[in-house]
Amino acid sequence: MTTNVSPYIPNTDADRELMLAAIGVNSIDDLVLDIPQAHRFPALDLRPALSEFDLVAEIAALASKNATPGDYACFLGAGAYRHYIPSVVKSVVARGEFLTSYTPYQPEVAQGTLQVGFEFQSMICEITGMEVANAGMYDGPTAFAEGALMACRITRRQTIAVLDAVDPRNVQILDAYARHQGIQITVIGHGDALPDDAACLMFQSPDQFGAIEDMAALAEKAHSAGALAVASVNPTSLGMFRTPGECDVDIATAEGQALGVPLSFGGPYVGLFACKDAHKRQMPGRIIGRTTDTKDRVGYALTLQTREQHIRRERATSNICTSTALIGLLMTTYLAVIGRSGFKKVAELCYHKAHYASARIDQLPGYAVKSGGPFFHEFMVECPLPPAEINRALLGKKIIGGHDMSDRSLNGMLICVTEVNTRAEIDALVAALGEIARPRQ
Amino acid sequence: MNAPYPGEIDRRLLNERSVSGRIGLQLQELDVPEQALPEPGLLRTDEARLPEVSQQEVVRYFTTLSTMNFSIDANFYPLGSCTMKYNPKVNEEMAFLPGMAGIHPHQPDETVQGALQLIWELQRDLGEITGLPGVCLGPLAGAQGEYSGLMIARAYFEERGDIGRIVALMPDSAHGTNPASASMAGLEVVTLPSDSEGNVDVEALKALADERTCVFMLTLPSTLGLFEPNILEITNIIHEAGGLVYADGANLNALLGIVKLGDLGFDIAHSNLHKTFSTPHGGGGPGAGPVLVSETLAPFLPTPVVSRDGHTYRLDAPDKSVGRVNGFHGSFGVLVRAYAYVRAIGAEGMREVSENAIINANYIRTALSDEFGIAADRACMHECVFSPQAQKAKGATALDISKRLIDYGIHPPTMYFPLIVPEALMVEPTETETKDTLDRFIAVMRQINKEISSDPDLLHDAPHDTPNTRLDEASAARKPYLRWQPEQNLTASD
Ligand SMILES: Cc1ncc(COP(=O)(O)O)c(C=O)c1O
Repeated sequence: MTTNVSPYIPNTDADRELMLAAIGVNSIDDLVLDIPQAHRFPALDLRPALSEFDLVAEIAALASKNATPGDYACFLGAGAYRHYIPSVVKSVVARGEFLTSYTPYQPEVAQGTLQVGFEFQSMICEITGMEVANAGMYDGPTAFAEGALMACRITRRQTIAVLDAVDPRNVQILDAYARHQGIQITVIGHGDALPDDAACLMFQSPDQFGAIEDMAALAEKAHSAGALAVASVNPTSLGMFRTPGECDVDIATAEGQALGVPLSFGGPYVGLFACKDAHKRQMPGRIIGRTTDTKDRVGYALTLQTREQHIRRERATSNICTSTALIGLLMTTYLAVIGRSGFKKVAELCYHKAHYASARIDQLPGYAVKSGGPFFHEFMVECPLPPAEINRALLGKKIIGGHDMSDRSLNGMLICVTEVNTRAEIDALVAALGEIARPRQ
Repeated sequence: MNAPYPGEIDRRLLNERSVSGRIGLQLQELDVPEQALPEPGLLRTDEARLPEVSQQEVVRYFTTLSTMNFSIDANFYPLGSCTMKYNPKVNEEMAFLPGMAGIHPHQPDETVQGALQLIWELQRDLGEITGLPGVCLGPLAGAQGEYSGLMIARAYFEERGDIGRIVALMPDSAHGTNPASASMAGLEVVTLPSDSEGNVDVEALKALADERTCVFMLTLPSTLGLFEPNILEITNIIHEAGGLVYADGANLNALLGIVKLGDLGFDIAHSNLHKTFSTPHGGGGPGAGPVLVSETLAPFLPTPVVSRDGHTYRLDAPDKSVGRVNGFHGSFGVLVRAYAYVRAIGAEGMREVSENAIINANYIRTALSDEFGIAADRACMHECVFSPQAQKAKGATALDISKRLIDYGIHPPTMYFPLIVPEALMVEPTETETKDTLDRFIAVMRQINKEISSDPDLLHDAPHDTPNTRLDEASAARKPYLRWQPEQNLTASD
């Protein structure tokens, strides 16, 4: 008798024999006769299977080849942020009942996922000041792009105006999403007028250089041209700064990663998507609604599904199907545990530490902080040397430096400081930057 | 306990449990001097009404919610087209290693060589398994993989100046994301009827394939769980017409080590790692939907892909890349899990997966097709679709049967999909279930079939023991109630 190679397959040769007999065939070969014979059972050139012990050793070895923030002080942001993740969050997300369930198409056996989703939507409304939110998008940049497509549907206009302070990466993703829909993308400056037929003005706060935008003025500018205001915001900043809701933004999006989600080399993350109530039927993605059951008890179910691909097919508001429910659970648990006061305090810790760091760096000979105005926890520094060179030197001192922005600003580096960066780390960064700038003999 | 709703479980939302002054976490003190605040006009004036609850309340709340879910860890979950297989626990541990979960996407390549190597190896392995060597792991789910693949097709024809190719052909059994992705890609969707056996109607395809055809999108095995017997002729018809053939690889669980998509003439495919490659579905994501293409199309892949020089790995933009479809490098945490899966089972394990998935599905098909009616009466691949029209005539719909299964602790099959099968119940047992579990499922289905005659209300009122009975989805859509509101009336009847 042969045993399975895969530890994840239970049936034995004896089981299979009984089953094949019940099916009325002699072997598996009789079940795959529709497959062209010449191509059946190809050899696969894969490395041999590993025991669990060897598997763990191999992956741990790969992990050890990475320089891990935590072992290194890290000052990177630019779309992904390092924050403390409370232990409770990790414990909740590990529960198999959440982890190993499917999209809640059968609401009676998915009330856990559905009620969490309703909490998630409610919390997004609270932190952004917006009226309604959906149950999550793939990530922040795709949510931002889908926001623009939604604005085109609502206004029946085909031009998207994007402020030039938006991260070019977000514009690239927007381009990929809008390319084949006859939509024109125009990048404009703060002083430029919107094109006449603009569906929306897209902006980001803080902007790509860390500066807080005047979202109310931008929303007003959009509205006076008959366009919608579509914003991408940093969710942590909303513990201190004005919300898109307060600024009369029509569609607000965010990268939710900062709220309890591991950096994980860029994903999986969760896109937050909120809008004014009037537009809810144009939203992309899953939406969870509260309702009652046949015994008049409160329960939750997916709703407004006629917008979606499985019903509306080629006329759906989006092609999104599987999204990011579990990452939404991480965020919901995070906000529950840090709570009303913690949400403000995390923002304040980030703000004060980042401003402490920027003031000290600005005093260093050769360095100049170049923020275009007030900032939250990220700021631009003009360095005396190319940032790549500085970062290489910092690595030797167990510091992962800021994001290299030299492609858009001379010797520019975007430095991010959050509540996890201790004063000792900040002081070590400042000292190291000072040393690196000094001309070597 | 002061439960506002009848029933045993306290369903109050977090904000309905909130008590001013409670905290769930002690945050660290500020360790630098306080800095000047920005001008007040920039600051938030209202307060985010987040809950104020203790740490134990958070844990108990979410733990209680979790018990209201069915899951693969606790239940048989034969949800067709979704491949709800066992999600290995070691994969979770690997994804949460600090050297994986803790690294920042903007770190310089030289500081993330382990992560880049993992991506490179998985690109190579998926290319080998599918016979489509150009791989980008970036797309965040199947639908984004589809869209990426269609952008590649469009870019390819555009480069050749063949700009009249604006039609996406697809069978009427296609999943909803196929037409939705095609229209996002600016393509006109033309639907092809299936023949009486559930196969692509080859004559109809010949008539439709022409110089306007950009792609033919085909799910293989089909959403009826069938392998397309004329597949070589089909890919040939499309190629002769100058078009490309796209494989929706959501059903790849039937094909591992059984046949390679590339060998059959497919040019583009996507694969759902959250199905075939055992990564958990998380109650609706995150997933990963890598896009896989032939060598010719590889220069068009999305950015980034990982390439290798000697022993050094780097993030790369393919020459004629269609661009970026999401923020960073894909669902890396999901890729770690899929990598662990591939390494744990190897080539032999791959073939075992599909063979066992096929045997399990056929075992169920043979046992139940007499009683429940089957969409196509021939050997299936990894799933089969029942069509209980006789039961419907007796007053028990596919929905009723599904809901009654819940009473027996079994998650319902996929219902009413594919759209071409009346009362469709799509059953995908997967390879990770024991014969015992399948036997119990079969016995339960037969029992339910008896109940339709003996006590039909058992079906109509099902499920009985869940925290909620059937929900009023119509009124949920008519009067959407989408968020907690402080003034909300806590009684259910408002
Ligand atoms: C056949 C088929 N195609 C495409 C998809 C879409 O994949 P995803 O949900 O990952 O976007 C699915 C799954 O839902 C599917 O079953």
